[in-house]
Amino acid sequence: MRTTRLAALAGLLGLGALLTSGAAFAAPGDGDGKDGKRADAGTSFRTATGIEQGQKGTASASTGDYLYWSFPADAGRRPTVEATVKLPESASGASGAKWRIDVYDGLRRRQPCMYGMQARTATGSGPVELACTLRTVRAWSDTWADDPLPGTYYIRLTATGLRTADLGQPVTAEVEATSKDIGGSAAVDGTLGAPLVPGSQPSAGEPEDGWASGWWTDRWIWTGAGGVLAALAGVGGYTLTRGRGQVSSPSGA
Amino acid sequence: MITRKRFAVGLSALVAALSMGLAPAAAYAADTPDDSETAEGGAKPKVELVLDVSGSMRARDIDGKSRMAAAKQAFNEVLDATPEDVDLGIRTLGANYRGEDRRTGCKDTEQLYPVGPLDRGDAKTAVATLSPTGFTPIGPALLKAADDLKGGEGSRRIVLISDGEDTCQPLDPCEVAREIAAKGINLTIDTLGLVPNTKMRAQLSCIAEATGGTYTSVRHTDELTDRVGQLVDRAADPAVNPVAVTGADRCSAAPQLKPGLYTDRAGFGEHRWYRVDVAPGEELRASVSVGADRAVNNDYGVLLRAVTRHDREIVRGSAAGDGRTDVLSTGLRYPKPERDDDNDSGGSGDDKEIVCLQVSHSYSPAAGAAAKGKPGLPVELAVDIVDAPDGPSDVAAFGLGRGWWLLGALVLTGFVGGLLWGWLSRWRFAVWRTN
Repeated sequence: MRTTRLAALAGLLGLGALLTSGAAFAAPGDGDGKDGKRADAGTSFRTATGIEQGQKGTASASTGDYLYWSFPADAGRRPTVEATVKLPESASGASGAKWRIDVYDGLRRRQPCMYGMQARTATGSGPVELACTLRTVRAWSDTWADDPLPGTYYIRLTATGLRTADLGQPVTAEVEATSKDIGGSAAVDGTLGAPLVPGSQPSAGEPEDGWASGWWTDRWIWTGAGGVLAALAGVGGYTLTRGRGQVSSPSGA
Repeated sequence: MITRKRFAVGLSALVAALSMGLAPAAAYAADTPDDSETAEGGAKPKVELVLDVSGSMRARDIDGKSRMAAAKQAFNEVLDATPEDVDLGIRTLGANYRGEDRRTGCKDTEQLYPVGPLDRGDAKTAVATLSPTGFTPIGPALLKAADDLKGGEGSRRIVLISDGEDTCQPLDPCEVAREIAAKGINLTIDTLGLVPNTKMRAQLSCIAEATGGTYTSVRHTDELTDRVGQLVDRAADPAVNPVAVTGADRCSAAPQLKPGLYTDRAGFGEHRWYRVDVAPGEELRASVSVGADRAVNNDYGVLLRAVTRHDREIVRGSAAGDGRTDVLSTGLRYPKPERDDDNDSGGSGDDKEIVCLQVSHSYSPAAGAAAKGKPGLPVELAVDIVDAPDGPSDVAAFGLGRGWWLLGALVLTGFVGGLLWGWLSRWRFAVWRTN
């Protein structure tokens, strides 16, 4: 009898593990994007080019241009934006310019970077590597807070502090947005009526497998497993008080 | 029976998969404007290439050829690659007048090929006839080019290719560009400088900055071809054009906005008010970008406030920045609860609330900048109305728990419960037995 129960418990836990790993596997961010889709940068919020997570956004532009891409990010994930700027070898004056990426949410609110080299000065040798890791996207937040919410995110790449002589030189750039699944520790209650996707413009659209419904979190497994363990411990405690082998049936009385 | 069930499940899965595959395709088709809208002719994007044909274009310093030859070669390649759904025109400046009179020379701008459906042969023949001649009247050429692009609802783009700064002062081409942009006709000017010097860079990038365009220096023919081609392609990209609106200086006179994208101008120290009606159970989302289209001081900010009719602030979005920038943006959301027992609710008959949006910025004109107040800085305002969110009843999702402390606490509670129950039933058993 006891063995069967243990087996059942083990089975339940195994199922739980399978579910979590399945959810992680299905999550976006590991694909290599669609090859045919154009990913050349736009020049404003309005014309930002939509890329998917894991897809490379490209640009061949001039120093001084403001380059915009947008990508979708869902709740429970921590997006990271990486950018590489390649300056031409002949760009003698382009060194000394500071390159910077800024990330904005679907309401065009600037989002701070938790870590990553968000800005770097071009030294003239080799490409400029930039990175920015955002806070974990939450399913809901107060209207007064600017917490990251599920929806479109804009990337702006530009050179700041340029001298006039450096303007207009050819550069190429690549950006990529990826995200890491943070899991149930970031699962908050409440959901938005609709993700923060600008309604009046063609934008990044939605993640590969749609927006999360907000229903699934691995807290279900933790709480369920806790309930099962509590029941087992209850049975254990009960048996302890009965002692060993003293099976006395009421019919014997 | 079981087989039939399986078949039904398989069929429904197939249907689901098909509908999932089809839905994004349909959405994408709706986004591209080249289907129905452009067929009507109203929303077709228009591009005019404005080419400097002044005397200095004779200089032979681009890949060993003259600047004019490089421009002609680039034009031929760009004309071949122009997308079908773009109306393209060509205007020249300084192409005809051979004399020395500055006043006549500064009026010398001519439409070489009218803006419209492109006949590649005609356009190429027209370009081939050009020979470098006169002055560089950039300002008048831009004004004329803006006229050429009049009409229609599509986006407009001027691509200016020049090899020298404007020789027709006092009309400052940078001011002209700003005036054109302020007309609210979605016009962007991109500039390309052939073998530029510092003064020319400053002027051409000022023109580009004034309209949200880009500036590029060109030293090789292929750079010129690639860039002009890229700019023409960019004009064909689907983009929603904002609607021009004029905000009021107070809430009561503010124009009412429906969800959409709007553009306005806000001068230094000015406030702009707009009005949005929000019904219970809806969420208002607004974002605003204020552009720096001229030289401004290094520190600046922008503020977007949502206030009730009675001047109570509901929520605000603000942003500050420093250094070189194109725009500074912020946004806010205001979810209106389903049940309304707030005194501030606006309408008397219907229960829609009037929310006033106030836009202000703290840019200041840089010392010595030509443009001070007029026209104001470009404002882009996006307004959206969506369903209100489901508020949380707990910090964690569904109030569920997580972690080893939770498991420990549950196990301990279960164990203690089991023990107590065991003792209780033992005691009861003993009592029953003794009776």
